[in-house]
Amino acid sequence: MKIVCNGKEREVKEGLSIEALILELELNPDTVVVECNGAIVLREDYAEQSLSEGSVLELIRFVGGG
Amino acid sequence: MLTIADHKFTSRLLVGTGKFSSSRIMKEAIEASGSEMVTVALRRVNLDDPGDDIMSVLDRKRYIFLPNTSGARDSAEAVRLARMARASGGSDWLKLEVTPDPRTLLPDPVETLKATEILAGEGFKVLPYMNADPILALKLQDAGAVAVMPLGAPIGTNRGLLTRFQVEIIIEQARVPVIVDAGLGAPSHAAEAMEIGADAVLVNTALAVAADPVRMAKAFAMAVEAGRFAFEAGLGRAQVHAEASSPEAGLDFLS
Repeated sequence: MKIVCNGKEREVKEGLSIEALILELELNPDTVVVECNGAIVLREDYAEQSLSEGSVLELIRFVGGG
Repeated sequence: MLTIADHKFTSRLLVGTGKFSSSRIMKEAIEASGSEMVTVALRRVNLDDPGDDIMSVLDRKRYIFLPNTSGARDSAEAVRLARMARASGGSDWLKLEVTPDPRTLLPDPVETLKATEILAGEGFKVLPYMNADPILALKLQDAGAVAVMPLGAPIGTNRGLLTRFQVEIIIEQARVPVIVDAGLGAPSHAAEAMEIGADAVLVNTALAVAADPVRMAKAFAMAVEAGRFAFEAGLGRAQVHAEASSPEAGLDFLS
């Protein structure tokens, strides 16, 4: 199925969990904030919450800034 | 000692983490600055470079992270970024920035006040970046800001404390700490802000663009301390006419 991740379309496995996607992208789940369809997903829900066709995902994290 | 929202700080220098040429230099500069609180921004993860993670460079136990809402153009965007910051960091500290005009990066006072009200209501420790407006400082304080951050000059300009007159009034009136943020380009600028009684200063560009950021960080740390000492010691009044330092008496032999 197709999702939109950080503004780009991405093909992922049906029913993929947010945690699985984060690991697939080689990111550290402890330092990434996830917004799914405009709502923040709590870290403890990463494993349970699965993506569906057309999910719009923002993966955000801290960067250097003033 | 500086206290912000019941948290005690030994250092009165806050530093930003942007624009450094490498993570290593940033880390060393922050160490040299002696700062206990560092600002960070929130951005999309670059999926082509997943290992580029500031959290793997800076020790969370050693520094308080002060996430900013840079990039927000109105209160709604700032609130959205603030909630993400809290989800990411698990802390309530927030440097609120609402800058609708990318050319000046001057803060929008109306949207900043609105966002401060919302976020303070949600339990955030809000430190709003603001223009050096004494009336606005009081309104932000009343809205629940735990400190106010008037600008010395626009972000990244290194022009110094151009707003001195207004910052003096803010310091005189505020009940919350006053942290001069933005535009301080030299240690002397930081010292000046501290001499007039600012509780702290925040610098980023001045360190990051220096030929030797680590040494510059040390220079700022010394200037902040010197300025604070001078404020506590009580500066003499400026006056127009000369007043001899050497005694007037005992010159009779010259005539």
